[in-house]
Amino acid sequence: MTSTTTLSMALPVEHRDRLMRLAREVSFEAGERLFEEGRRADRFWIIRTGTVLLDLHVPGRRAAVIESLGHGELLGWSWHYAPYVWQLGAETLSPVRAWEFDAEAVRAACARDPEFGRAVATWVGRVVAHRLQASRIRLLDLYAPYGSGTPA
Amino acid sequence: MNDVPVPYQVTGVRRESADTVSLTLAPAGEEALEPFAPGQFAMVYAFGVGEIPVSVSRIGRRELVHTVRSVGAVSAALCALRPGSQVGLRGPFGTGWGLERAAGQDIVVVTGGIGLAPLRPLVLAALAARRAYGRLNLLVGSRTPEDLLYADRIRAWVDSHGPLHCQVTVDRPSPAWWGHVGLVTTLLNSALFTPENTTAYVCGPEPMIRATARDLLHRGVRPERIRVSLERNMRCATGHCGHCQLGGVLMCLDGPVIGWDRVESLLAVREL
Amino acid sequence: MTNSTTTAVLDRDGLSALVQALAAQGRTVVGPTVRDGAVVLAEIASADDLPFGWGTEVEAGRYRLVPRDDGAVFAHTAGPQSWKTYLHPQRERLWSAERAADGHLSVTEDGSEQPSYAFLGVRPCDLRAIAIQDRVLAGGRYPDRGYRERRTGAFLIAAECTEPGATCFCVSMGGGPAADSGFDLALTEVLDRAGHRFLVRTGSEAGEEVLSGLPRHPADAHTRNAARTAVDAARDRMGRAMPPVDLRALMGESLEADRWDDVAARCLTCGNCTMVCPTCFCTTTEEVTDLTGDHAERWQHWDSCFDVDFSHLHGGPVRASARSRYRQWLTHKLSTWYEQFGSSGCVGCGRCVTWCPVGIDITEEAAALHDELTDRLRREKQKETER
Repeated sequence: MTSTTTLSMALPVEHRDRLMRLAREVSFEAGERLFEEGRRADRFWIIRTGTVLLDLHVPGRRAAVIESLGHGELLGWSWHYAPYVWQLGAETLSPVRAWEFDAEAVRAACARDPEFGRAVATWVGRVVAHRLQASRIRLLDLYAPYGSGTPA
Repeated sequence: MNDVPVPYQVTGVRRESADTVSLTLAPAGEEALEPFAPGQFAMVYAFGVGEIPVSVSRIGRRELVHTVRSVGAVSAALCALRPGSQVGLRGPFGTGWGLERAAGQDIVVVTGGIGLAPLRPLVLAALAARRAYGRLNLLVGSRTPEDLLYADRIRAWVDSHGPLHCQVTVDRPSPAWWGHVGLVTTLLNSALFTPENTTAYVCGPEPMIRATARDLLHRGVRPERIRVSLERNMRCATGHCGHCQLGGVLMCLDGPVIGWDRVESLLAVREL
Repeated sequence: MTNSTTTAVLDRDGLSALVQALAAQGRTVVGPTVRDGAVVLAEIASADDLPFGWGTEVEAGRYRLVPRDDGAVFAHTAGPQSWKTYLHPQRERLWSAERAADGHLSVTEDGSEQPSYAFLGVRPCDLRAIAIQDRVLAGGRYPDRGYRERRTGAFLIAAECTEPGATCFCVSMGGGPAADSGFDLALTEVLDRAGHRFLVRTGSEAGEEVLSGLPRHPADAHTRNAARTAVDAARDRMGRAMPPVDLRALMGESLEADRWDDVAARCLTCGNCTMVCPTCFCTTTEEVTDLTGDHAERWQHWDSCFDVDFSHLHGGPVRASARSRYRQWLTHKLSTWYEQFGSSGCVGCGRCVTWCPVGIDITEEAAALHDELTDRLRREKQKETER
């Protein structure tokens, strides 16, 4: 939890500009599915406005919402690591405006310019670490009724 | 009065969640405690059971509200009280949040679980003097939507007062939940504040406080402007029993609200 | 020493008269006396109750009474108790509460009249310990009413040290065997061919008044010299010493030291050191109810940071390991006490060393921590220069 992960804070300006040249403006209605677990992770987004829910499908149940993402946050990191397959599903909670990136184009740019590649890898790694930390703290179930959680 | 408890009558009981109750207390007789500042606490005495420290969660002219979570013998006894019962109160004790420190600044209030209770009087005070401060953010973390404290009142604050940027996130959404899901720190991304001109007030379980304070610090909020409320064993509240020490800090006198600059290194030492 | 100090000499009859005079004032006179193989503090009816002819032999974890041929009365070292037994008693009722049939609560502060004490034979280390407890319990934002009443009503007769023990280290804590202030009367025992007598100095008006009513001799140069020589000699005969370093900084730098594991392997966490320490002040409270359930009392009693429940937070103790509890005790005593109360919490009386059942020696632990820190800093510096 020691790092913040929004693009403006996480990427040096020259790399940010370069990345943004690959961006395309998109918008979604509330309730649209953006990707599904197990499919090819060929895109990713930076959310400008609105909220996106990450979920996990459990048969016989409503999809379990794992986390919500909002302004400035990276949506999707599976595109960065082989085998480039989504681990979760994503659905908009509200109307969403975002920057969309073609994963293959970004990966190619990273391969051509290792310095840019390292900056992007650091940014994505930081996002992953941040979410891991948040998940770990949530695992503790700190607000749980007394005595219902893990033994002290 | 700090030596012996002053009798207070329970005039209202409100069940906030499965294990949490808000008690409205008014002086039972002539005698009343000195006025409380937001963030201060009282030693609440359940007759025949004992005393525990509880932060004040609303400050009326005569009445005080204490929100109590049932975690031990005394808090369980307090949660079982009915209107008309009496408790004893000593106080006010400890440092307050120090809202005046935020004059002219953006305010970020971050709460986890019952940590919202001690911060409610601060939010109300800031709303009552809206022009004295910059942007006002209230970021609330709850376990489930059902566990959210003061849910209807949070809605009322947002509706009826000047701009209050309030966001609520839960760890475990229920089917009817249409809000954020995740740790409360993730709400900082969309909070409206200029870090170098911000005072933050943080209360919740200690790991949540540590994570939030580190995040705020990383964003550029100055450590002495991150005010956290910590919990340690308290017996006397007057600095004499020695129980509430954290290094050189006597939590009942130097806290419970204390600057992150004073406790960051202490909290990094295990079992201190 | 004030300018108005009066000096005189008391003989044994004078000492007896002193006890009688204080008792005649309605005071409870407390002094050292021999019981259960130790010099303990107890109410005394006459000077005959004092430990004439008894000395002590102490070491880490060891205490023995030894008879003395010279009949000295203040030649023993600190026993298992200190004056906090009287000023800050082990158990004290804070308040009583009644619940009426209609649910009305009434709470009454314990208003029992506090005894008016006279303490005979307060060692200089214990005078400093009393001054420290004064700051903790009677100073600050919320003075402890009971303590303050007992304290302001107490008449203190110091006995300077001429026979320091093997566990004494007051000099290295900035003190010494001489009583400088904080007493009503100060005695220095002198035993030589001219007889068994006490040089007495006054430290307060109350002391002047008491002394003026006692059979006494003028202070002669010989007695003065003998007294000064004996106390000066005691200063050089301390059995132990703290390492001559900034202990406050040392503790602050040593929170993660390996030495805590070493001492934790020996420490029984029995809390003896906190019980015998003349400055340890921690207490807890308990609620006592009667069978009807309509009457409750709030009692305060001594607690120890070695008790596992001391740091209990719903869920469990903050300090579960022996390592963390010993560290809490030592760092509080020698370091964080400054932040809280403006001084060290240790006066070098040596009780914690003597009464530790496994002989843990606070001076040895401090020295070991200092060695470990020095070592660590040297290695860090070495690494720095290699870079």
